[in-house]
Amino acid sequence: MNYLGRRLAHGILLLIGASVLCFLFADLAPGSFFDEIKLNPQISPKTVAALRSYYGLDQPTPVRYGRWVKSVFKGEWGYSFAYNSPVSSLLMVRARNTLLLTGVAALLVWLIAVPLGVWIADHPGGWSDRLCMGSTSVLLSVPELVLALGFLCLAVRTHVLPVGGMASVAFDQLGRWSKIRDLVAHLIIPVNTLVLAALPILLRHVRASMTEVLRAPFIQAARGHGVGRTRLLFRYALPAAANPLISLFGFSVGGLLSGSLLVEVVTGWPGLGPLLLEATMSRDLYVVVGVMMSSTVFLILGNFLADVMLAAADPRVRMQ
Amino acid sequence: MTAEQGAKRAAKAALVQVKALHKRYVQRRALSRRKFVVDALKNVDLALQPECLTALVGSSGSGKTTLANCLAMLEKPDAGEIWFEELEISRRPDHELACLRPKIQMVFQDSAGALNPFLTAAQIVGEPLEVQGREHGRKLRQRACELMEEVGLSADWADRSPLDFSGGQRQRLAIARAIALQPRLLILDESLSGLDLVTQAQVLNLLADIRVTHSLTYLLISHDLTLVGQVADHIAVMHQGSIVEHGTRQQVFGSPQQACTRELLVAAQVLESTFRTAQPRMRT
Amino acid sequence: MKSDPFGSSFDEVTGLLRVCGLSVTYAWRGRSPVMALRQLDLEIATGEIVGILGESGCGKSTLALSILGLLPADARADGTILFRNEQLLGLPQKQLRRIRGAKISLIHQDPGLALSPVMRVGDQIAEIIVAHRSLGRKARKQEVESILCEVQLTDTARIYAAYPHQLSGGELHRVAIAQALACRPDLIIADEPTRSLDMTVQAEILGVLRNLNEAFGTALLFITHNPALLAGFADRVVVMYAGRAVENADGLRVFGRPLHPYTKGLLNLVPRSTHVDYSAVGGRLPTIPGGPPDSNNLNRGCAFEPRCSQRTGICRTENPEELTPEPGHRVSCFNHDS
Repeated sequence: MNYLGRRLAHGILLLIGASVLCFLFADLAPGSFFDEIKLNPQISPKTVAALRSYYGLDQPTPVRYGRWVKSVFKGEWGYSFAYNSPVSSLLMVRARNTLLLTGVAALLVWLIAVPLGVWIADHPGGWSDRLCMGSTSVLLSVPELVLALGFLCLAVRTHVLPVGGMASVAFDQLGRWSKIRDLVAHLIIPVNTLVLAALPILLRHVRASMTEVLRAPFIQAARGHGVGRTRLLFRYALPAAANPLISLFGFSVGGLLSGSLLVEVVTGWPGLGPLLLEATMSRDLYVVVGVMMSSTVFLILGNFLADVMLAAADPRVRMQ
Repeated sequence: MTAEQGAKRAAKAALVQVKALHKRYVQRRALSRRKFVVDALKNVDLALQPECLTALVGSSGSGKTTLANCLAMLEKPDAGEIWFEELEISRRPDHELACLRPKIQMVFQDSAGALNPFLTAAQIVGEPLEVQGREHGRKLRQRACELMEEVGLSADWADRSPLDFSGGQRQRLAIARAIALQPRLLILDESLSGLDLVTQAQVLNLLADIRVTHSLTYLLISHDLTLVGQVADHIAVMHQGSIVEHGTRQQVFGSPQQACTRELLVAAQVLESTFRTAQPRMRT
Repeated sequence: MKSDPFGSSFDEVTGLLRVCGLSVTYAWRGRSPVMALRQLDLEIATGEIVGILGESGCGKSTLALSILGLLPADARADGTILFRNEQLLGLPQKQLRRIRGAKISLIHQDPGLALSPVMRVGDQIAEIIVAHRSLGRKARKQEVESILCEVQLTDTARIYAAYPHQLSGGELHRVAIAQALACRPDLIIADEPTRSLDMTVQAEILGVLRNLNEAFGTALLFITHNPALLAGFADRVVVMYAGRAVENADGLRVFGRPLHPYTKGLLNLVPRSTHVDYSAVGGRLPTIPGGPPDSNNLNRGCAFEPRCSQRTGICRTENPEELTPEPGHRVSCFNHDS
C-alpha cells in the first residue's frame, strides 16, 4: 500500500481505538446523569429506573457502544440528556465558535512568528535576538490562566473592551458592520491570550530552524553569486528551514479544537470548552464522548495533513 | 584475460572467493506506488590472492561499494556465496559472524564521518580492542599509542579529537583502527579519493609498509585508474554490477579486453598524455 | 599561447585582475591568529587561464574567498585586489554584490553542498539571472536552458526540473559551472571543480571549461592540487605553499623546467604512464616527506624548509624573496635550479 493509504488506514484505526477508550473512560467515571434527579425526593425511583431504561443506560457497555456507533453513522452522535437533543447539533454550533476563535489565533500566531523569526535569525546576537529570547522566556513561564484573567481585569478597569462572552446583549438588533465590529471586539481578549501563549514556542522554533539553515554552505554559495539579502532569506533559507515548521503546523491544526478550553471557560466564549466542562460535571455521557471524539478527529487530521505537506514540500522525504 | 579465466586461475590459493553474488535494491517513493529496482550486483565472481593488493575499479554506480559491504559482512547478498579462508560467510547469522569480523576490516571514504568526533584519537584506535575484549585500561592505551606511531602519527596527539587532524592524518587513524585487530583482509573503499596527491602517495606508502609486517591482503576500491596502476598487483574492472575484466596489472593495462576498461584507460591517459607532452593549447 | 617574452610586467590594457601583497589573517577565538595568505602577488589577463597549484591548507580557497569578499567577518585582509582597476578589498557589500556572480563568479568544490536541496536546479540558476539582469520569466527560462546546453547538459527539461539529490556528480558539477556562467562573467574562479569525480567525467568537465574559455573569452582561475589537470590546460601556473606563491610561470615552463623544489616534488607524484613499476623501490611511491605546515608554528625562514631536499642553512633563518631568474618565471627560493 502506498504511503498516503497507509497513513489513512492508520488514522482510521486510531479513531476507532480512541472512540473505544473515550467511551470506556467516560463510562467508568462513577455516577450517571440521573444521580442528580435521584436526589430529588419528589421523583420516585421507579421513574428514575424508567428514565434510565428509556435512555438505554441500563444496557451493558458494549451494547451501548454499539448503539452509539450506529448513532454516529446516522449523524446524531448520541443524545444529550441535559439539552434533550442529538449531540451533533450541539457540537456543530459550539465547534463553529471554537474554530472561529482558534482559527483566528492560529493565523495570527503564524503570521507574526514566521517573519519575526526570520528577521531575528538574520541578526544573530543583536538586540532583537536578546529581546526575543528574554521576552519568550517570560511569556512561557506565565500560565494561560493568568494571561486571560489579566486581560479581563484590564478590560473591566478601562471599559475599552467587552468583558468576556461572544456577543453583546443587543447583538441581534445591530446592523451588519456593527455586528462584525462587535464580534471582533469580543474576540480580542481570548485571541490575544491564545496568541501570547503559543507565540513564544513557535517564534523560538522558527528562529532556531532559520539560524541552522543560514549556516549551511549553500547559503554562502548563493551569497557568493550575488543574490540579495531578502531573496536569500525567503527564497533559499525559509523553504529549507520549513521541515520542522510544517510538522508544527500540522500539530497546530490538530490542536484547533482542543487547545482553547481554558481560555474559553475563563472568558465565557461559548465554544466546546464550556460545553465539555458542563457535560462532565453533569455526567452527560454522550456529549462528553462527542466532544472528545471531535477533538481526536481534528488531531488525527492535523497529523495527516502534516505528513502530506511534508511529503509534498521536501523532495528528500519523497524519496524514502 | 576475461573474467572467467582470471577467476579460475585465481581460485586456487585464494584468501577470499566470491561466487555468483547477487544483490538487488528496491527503492520506494513516499507518495507513489512506483518502485525502482536496482541490480547492484549481478553474478559477481572474484578471487583475492593472499598478501596481494587487488584493485577494484569502475565508474560510480558500478557496484563497488555494494561488493565491499557484502565482503565486510555489513550487508547480506541476495544470492551467491562468499568464501573466506574455507568458510562460507554470507549466510551466517550475526552472532556467528562476531568472531569473523576482526579478520575483515574496512576503511571508508569519508574519514571525518567514519570517526566518532566525541572520542579522542587513542579511544578511536583502541575501540575495536576494547569491544572484542582483548585489552583494557592502561595496556589498551599503550597498544593504541603503539598503533598510532606505526601509522606515522605522533603519540602526543593521542588525546586530540579526530577533527583536529587533517584529512590524510584521519585516514591514517582509520587505518590504525582497522589493523588493531590484526585482520587478514583490509578493504579500502575510495579511501584515497578526497586526498591531495602528496597525501595519497604517503598513505599508499604506509599501506605498502604495513602490508609486510601485518601480512595483509588489500582490496583497494577506486575510480582512479592512474592511482591504482601504481600499486595494484591485480585489477578487477566492474561495470554495471558485474566484473567484466580481471587480471594482473600488466594484463589489464597492456591488453584491455572490454570497452569500459579501455574507456577508463583513455580517460586516465588523456590527462597523462597532455602532461607528458605539455603541449601549448591551440588558440583559434 | 600567450607569449610573454618581455617579463611579467602587468599589461594595463589586457589585465583583468591584479593581486598585490595580499595577506589574510583569520582570528580564531581562543587561539592565536592564523595567517592564511602572506604577501601574495598574482595577475590574470583577459581570457587567460591561470592555474593555482597547492596542497590543502596552502590558502587556495582563502584566495578565492578574498577576491569575492566572502571572508568571515573576523578575518583581516591587507593588500590590494584590483579588478579592472577597481580595488575590491574593503568595497562595501552592496557594490561587491554587483560584481559577485556577474563579473566574477565562483564554482565551489562540492556542488552538492553549494546547491539548495529544496529548490529545483533550474530555478537556482535562474535566481542568479534575477539577481543581476532583468529578464522576464519566459526569457529567463530560455536563457537557463541555453546555458545548460553550453555546459553540455542537453536534457534540459529534466535537469531544469530536477533537485540536486537526483543528479549525478558530473551533472552537479556542470550545474555549478552553469551557475557561474549565468551572467557571462569576465572571470570564473573554479575551486577544485573536479574533486571526487570519475576520471571520465573529470576529462569532460575540463573539456567544458576549455570550451567556455575559447568561446567566450572568460578568464579562469583554476585551483587544484593535481598538476596533471593543469598540463596543456593552463596558460600560467602559480604554485602556492603555506600562503605564499613559490613559483609563477607559464604552463610550459613550470612543467618543462620547474625551478622550485616543491614544484619538482609535486610533479614527481604524477605518474608518467600507466605502466609504471615501482617494484624496484620496494613498491614505494616518490613523495614529499612530511605534511603541510602548521599555520600556527611557522618559523621565520622558508615555510617549505623542513621538507625540502635542497635546503641550506639560510633557508631556516630567512624567507626567500621573489626572484625572476628568467623572464616571465618567478620563484621564491634560495636554491632554485636555473
